[in-house]
Amino acid sequence: MTEVVREVTLPGPVDAPRRKSMGAGLIGWLQAMPLVLVLVFFLLAPIVMIVIVSFWGATEFSIYPDFQLDNYAFLFGSDVTYRVFFATFKYAAITWALTLAIGFTVAYFLAFHVRSQSMQIALFLLCTIPFWTSNIIRMISWIPFLGRNGIANSTLIEWGLIEQPLEWLLYSDFSVILAFVHLYTLFMVVPIFNTTMRIDPVLLEAARDNGASGFQSLVHVILPLTKPGIMIGTIFVVTLVMGDFITVRFMSGSQRANVGRLISNDISLLQYPSAAATAVILLITVLMVIGILLRFVNIRKEL
Amino acid sequence: MRTGYDLELVHLTKRYGDTVAVRDINHVFSPGSYVCLLGPSGCGKSSTLRMIAGHESVSEGSIVLDGSDVSGLSPAQRGTAMMFQNYALFPHLSVRDNVAFSLRMKGVDRETRHKKANDLLDLVQMSAFGDRQPAQLSGGQQQRVALARALITKPKVLLLDEPLSALDPFLRIQMRTELKKLQRELGIIFIHVTHGQDEALALADEVVVMNDAVIEQAGTPRDVFNAPRTEFVARFMGGHNVISLNGGKVALRADDVRIGETGLSATVTTVEYQGATVSLLARTEAGEEVFAILPEESFFKAPKSPGDAVTLAWDERRLHRLQA
Repeated sequence: MTEVVREVTLPGPVDAPRRKSMGAGLIGWLQAMPLVLVLVFFLLAPIVMIVIVSFWGATEFSIYPDFQLDNYAFLFGSDVTYRVFFATFKYAAITWALTLAIGFTVAYFLAFHVRSQSMQIALFLLCTIPFWTSNIIRMISWIPFLGRNGIANSTLIEWGLIEQPLEWLLYSDFSVILAFVHLYTLFMVVPIFNTTMRIDPVLLEAARDNGASGFQSLVHVILPLTKPGIMIGTIFVVTLVMGDFITVRFMSGSQRANVGRLISNDISLLQYPSAAATAVILLITVLMVIGILLRFVNIRKEL
Repeated sequence: MRTGYDLELVHLTKRYGDTVAVRDINHVFSPGSYVCLLGPSGCGKSSTLRMIAGHESVSEGSIVLDGSDVSGLSPAQRGTAMMFQNYALFPHLSVRDNVAFSLRMKGVDRETRHKKANDLLDLVQMSAFGDRQPAQLSGGQQQRVALARALITKPKVLLLDEPLSALDPFLRIQMRTELKKLQRELGIIFIHVTHGQDEALALADEVVVMNDAVIEQAGTPRDVFNAPRTEFVARFMGGHNVISLNGGKVALRADDVRIGETGLSATVTTVEYQGATVSLLARTEAGEEVFAILPEESFFKAPKSPGDAVTLAWDERRLHRLQA
């Protein structure tokens, strides 16, 4: 027993420096490994797979490994692609503008007008209540409300505001964007609230002391300081809307299209290579949008 | 008719619900004076300052600056400027833009406002730091910037809310000298809120001691220190003993207490050597604590230690009768 101990302890001091320089790096890698593996298997590998498949060939009944640019050629040659991408950008832009307006207002109200912290937390949790049900249910619950003989139309007729039911309430761009705004506003509220909470209220007093009106304080103090939150919320909303297909399908009654639906249609027709090519282009587009957004605000610095 | 800008508080009252933070205070701040509002926390000094600044509404009474009631005006319209306790610099703006903020709000063009800001930065010896961000500055430097930002509005009254409390002791003494110098150069009223009596004594032309929502005593530092009106003032200013003599309370400066042949007998409880002086705490037979600051040399001629019986003596003329 004593011999074993001696064997272990004696080389210790000699060994220590070497183990430190080499072992520290190794231990660091080992510690990072679980996350690396998760990212490789669940993020990197699927993307690589999609990129590979996007070069494959397909006939009506088969898919074969190949390296050809047919899928991309078809995609860029088709008029539909541009229209659908444009529609996707349109949904993203309008949803972004509306969620930003609502999200900023809610966050501003919570951070600067609600005085007590317990009330802030209570109201904030109230905002998350819709998330207790699934996306699909929240989406579908709009249908009886907006339908031709739905609550909205019958109420408006009862009030005498309209004579005929409004046709554009459901299965239209309106209903798609309404559902998007409903589903994703919280993704804007949370990061903006997080940054507004960290603004010292004394700064607003200082602005007022320096002659700033309420609006000037908003523009020159609050907005610049909430920019990182706005940017994070923007990234959430834009990527969610651009990647969505189910909301567009349900809320437009399959009458509108975005890139997500293009991909899902291809998949339902088992046209995987074409779906993969569209997905790659969508991924590049979204990454470019985020890249442009990050040029405006350095999130890492601001965090 | 007084000349220059003077500031008068008339029956000024501040209520928060049922609690009264400031109760019916009347005071005239004379033109070009450095005034310290002194008191323990919660005495109403900060509420008073914030009412003068316009960051707190006035419940009753008025604030008269240069002959007109400003209590209904916005902070910027009053001709006051405030320097906040933690400086409240805008973290997203450079030092120069921070200083120029009020000019920007007025719509002054960039060139003019940067020129003005540079002048002010010169005044506080910060011209080399114009392009820095506030986070890159030390506490003392941030304070200078905050000072420049407040002064660019050309205020008639500068309000300072515990301006030195965030600095380390060495910087605090340096900054207070500079504040005083700046105030003399500008010739405007500085109202400086503090809970440190040493700061108030060192800086102020006039000390206003507040307690429990009212002004307890106001006067020059020497008057307040040497002739405290109440027991509170005597105790708060420090360096005083409050003892009961002949049915009333009197204040006696600790450095006026001697160890003598005849006088009040007491027992020494604590002795502290402090370099130039020795401080000695003794308990009288009536159970009151008396604090004496004795010159080092005279103490060590006949040193005392805790438990020794001593006789405390003083010059009767140095006793100061308290009103409350």
